[in-house]
Amino acid sequence: MKSLLMSAVLLAGAVAAPAQAKMRVFACEPEWGSLVHELAGDKVDVDVGTSALQDVHVIEAKPSLIAKVRAADMVVCTGAELEVGWLPQLIRQSGNTKVASGPGYFEAAKQVKTLEKPSALDRANGDVHPDGNPHIQMDPRRVLIVAQRLDARLAQLDPSNAAAYQQNLTNFQNRWRAAMVRWKAQAAPLVGRKVVVHHISWVYLWDWLGMQQIGALEPKPGVPPTSAHLASLIATTKSANTLAIVRAAYQDPKPADWLADRTGVPAVTLPLTVGGDAQSKDLFGLFDSTISKLLKVAK
Amino acid sequence: MTKTLLALALAVALGTAHAAEGVSQAQFKALEARMAQLEADAKAARADAAKARAEAEAAQAEVARLKGASTANVAAPAAPTPGGSAATSAPAAADTSDLAANDDLAVPDDTASAAAPAPVATGESNDNVASADGGGSSSNPNAFNPAISIILNGSYTHHSLDPANYIRAGFPIVGEGGPAPDGFSLGESEISFAANIDEKFYGQLTLTAASENGQDHIGVEEAFIDTTALPAGWNMRLGRFYSNIGYLNSHHAHTDNFFDRPLAYQAFLGNQYGDDGVQVRWVAPTSLFFEVGGEAFRGESYPAAGAGHGGVGTKTLFAHVGGDVGDENEWLAGVSALRTSAIGGEDGFTGDGTLYIVDGTWKWAPQGNFKDGGLTLRSEYMIDHRDGTVVDAADPSVVFDWSGKRRGAYAEAVYRINRQWDVGYRFDRLWAANDGPFASDTDPTRHTIEATWRNSEFSLFRLQLSHDKPNAVDTDNAVTVQYQTSLGAHGAHKF
Repeated sequence: MKSLLMSAVLLAGAVAAPAQAKMRVFACEPEWGSLVHELAGDKVDVDVGTSALQDVHVIEAKPSLIAKVRAADMVVCTGAELEVGWLPQLIRQSGNTKVASGPGYFEAAKQVKTLEKPSALDRANGDVHPDGNPHIQMDPRRVLIVAQRLDARLAQLDPSNAAAYQQNLTNFQNRWRAAMVRWKAQAAPLVGRKVVVHHISWVYLWDWLGMQQIGALEPKPGVPPTSAHLASLIATTKSANTLAIVRAAYQDPKPADWLADRTGVPAVTLPLTVGGDAQSKDLFGLFDSTISKLLKVAK
Repeated sequence: MTKTLLALALAVALGTAHAAEGVSQAQFKALEARMAQLEADAKAARADAAKARAEAEAAQAEVARLKGASTANVAAPAAPTPGGSAATSAPAAADTSDLAANDDLAVPDDTASAAAPAPVATGESNDNVASADGGGSSSNPNAFNPAISIILNGSYTHHSLDPANYIRAGFPIVGEGGPAPDGFSLGESEISFAANIDEKFYGQLTLTAASENGQDHIGVEEAFIDTTALPAGWNMRLGRFYSNIGYLNSHHAHTDNFFDRPLAYQAFLGNQYGDDGVQVRWVAPTSLFFEVGGEAFRGESYPAAGAGHGGVGTKTLFAHVGGDVGDENEWLAGVSALRTSAIGGEDGFTGDGTLYIVDGTWKWAPQGNFKDGGLTLRSEYMIDHRDGTVVDAADPSVVFDWSGKRRGAYAEAVYRINRQWDVGYRFDRLWAANDGPFASDTDPTRHTIEATWRNSEFSLFRLQLSHDKPNAVDTDNAVTVQYQTSLGAHGAHKF
C-alpha cells in the first residue's frame, strides 16, 4: 500500500506538465462547464468539479478538487454563496493566485439579478443566501447574459483566441435565442400551472415560464423534509390542481414519492443541470428534457 | 451517401457536430471556410446585428441547398436538438419579450474587478429586487467587517473513574491531553474572525473560552496571516496556528467525528500542537493533489518547552497526497515529522524529541454525496523518539538519562446514515517504552462509539461511550452528551 502510494506520487510528479499551452478552466457545476465548452470549444481544457448527482450546497473540499483548482487559469462558478462551504477552501488550499480574485474568478450569479434576496438574514429561515437564490441556470435569459459576460472574460484572459470566442458566442446566441423561442412555445400549456418542489432549485424556471411554486418538501431551505411537514403539504398539493412534485436528480426520491402517493399528483425528477438525465448532455438538452418532462405530466 | 447518413446519425446521437468532422472532412472544410468568412463579415457589421444574422441565415440556406436538406443539422455546428435546423433558421425572431427583459436581468459588468469574497457590484443593482431594510451590502459600513463564526459547545460527561485519579501507564498527562472533566462543561467554545486583509494577505483570529477550576479564560487559539499572492502554488502562514502535521492536528476540534481526540494525540501532542511560527507550503501542479511544506515554531507548548534554539525550538516537515477513485471514493494520505527541543518539559523531559506521523483517510459516498451517506475510514500512526534526560516527578533532585521510543495509533470508522445521522467506532492504542523512566508493561487501549444527530449543517448533538484501560488496574467507562453549534459566517472546512 505504501509503495503503491509512493509510486503514485512519483508518477504524478513525473507527468506534471507545468507549461500548459491551453487555458484551463475549473467549472464548479456541470452547467458552467457546458457553457464554457459552447464558448471555447477546444480552445480550453475544462475540469468540472461536481456532477448532477451531487448536492452542490454541501460538496467537500476534496483533495482532487484542490488539485484541479491548482491547475486552473480560471474558475467559473455560480457564486451567490452556493459554493461557500467548499470553494473558498479549495482556492486557499490550492495557493493559486490566478483564480483567487480578479479576471480568473468568475461568478455567474454576479452577472445577473437574483431572485429571493432575503430581506432579513436569519438561519432560523434555513440555509438562506444573502445574495439571493443561486440556482440561476434554469433561466435561459440569465444563461444568455452569463454567456456574454463569460465570453468577454475568456477573451480577456486569452486574447490570442478572442476571435474564436467571439465567433462561438455569436453562434451560441443564435442557436440559444432560437431554442428559447421554441421552448417558450412548447411550454405554453405550462403557464400558470402550480408545482411543489423538493428544494427551491427552480425559481428561475418558474419565473421564466410563468409557473407558480406553491410549496417545498424541505420545511426550510436545506433542512431535510420531515414527515410532519410533508403531511401538512397534502391539502395544499391536492387542492391547487397541482401539476407535479418536482425534485432534482440528486435528491432523495422518497419524500416526493410519499407525497405523490397520498395526493395523486405525479412526482417528476428534473435534471437541474447538465448530466442530470440521459437527454441533458448539454445546456440545450437540459432545457429540452426539463420542458418535455413537465409537458408529459401536463397531459 | 452512407457516409453522410452516418455523419448525421452520429451528430444527432451525440448532440454535437464534432463527431461528424472526421467523416465528411471535405464538406466541412468548405463549410468552415464559408463560416469563417461570414463571421469576419459579422464582426465588421456588428453594429448592424440584424444584417449579420440575415447573412448567416442565407449561408445556412445555401449550405442546406448544397448538402441537401438532410444535412442541415450538421451545418449548424453543435446543434444538439432534433428541432435544431428549424429553430436556428429563425434566430432574428426570438421572443422579444424575453430578450427585452434581458437588460433588466443583467447587472453591471464587473469584468476583471471581481474579488472573490467582496460582492460589491451586486448590492446596488439588486436593490430594486430585494427589500431595502437592513442595508444593502455596498452601502453598509459593516461590509468590510471580517466574517465572524462562533462555535458554541458544551457537554456532560460521567466517568466511572475519577479523572483526578486517572493515570496513563507510560504516558504522563500533558497539555490538554487528560480525560474530560466530570459533569457539565463548556468545553471549548470559540469565536473566529477571518477576512482578506488586502490583495496579498488573508487573516484569521480564533479565540477560545475555556474554564479551568472555575476560572474563565479567553485564549488565543490561532492568530495568523496567510499570503494569497505568492505565485506557483506557494503559501506562507505567519503567526500562531495549528501545525499541518498529521491529519487531525490542523483541524479544529469542532470538525472531529468524536467528542475527544485520539489517545495518540493526547499523549504525544498534548491534544493538538499549535504555536507561534511560520509555515511554508507548496502545492504541486499535479493532477493528484500533492502538497509539501515545513514549519518553524517558537517551541513553547508540549512536546516542546522552553523555546529552545533561540526561540525556534520546533521544526516540522509534512507531505500530503490525495485524489479520487471514480466519483464515489476520495482519499488523503500523509507523512509528517515534528522535531522539538524541550527544556524542562511538562513531562519532566529535557532534550530532543522527534515525532513521526503517518496518516490515511478514505471516504466513500454514494455518488460522491458525502454529507448524505457513506463511510469514512481514518487512521494515524505515531512514533515518538526521545533523547535526553527526565526529572523524576517524585523527587526533582533525581534525573534519569533517557533515550527511547514510544508509539501510538488509532483507527476510526464513521458511517453516515443520512444527512442527519452518523455512527462511529474508534480504537485507540498506545505502546509504552520498555525501559527508561516511563517504562510500563501495560499499554493503554480505548474503545469508543458515538452517534451524532444533526438538525442542520450548523447544529449537532452527540452521544459517546468509551471504554478506556489506561493502566493495568483501572478501567474508565465514560458517557458523554455533547452539543455543538455554529453561528454566523458559513465556514468552509478542510477535507
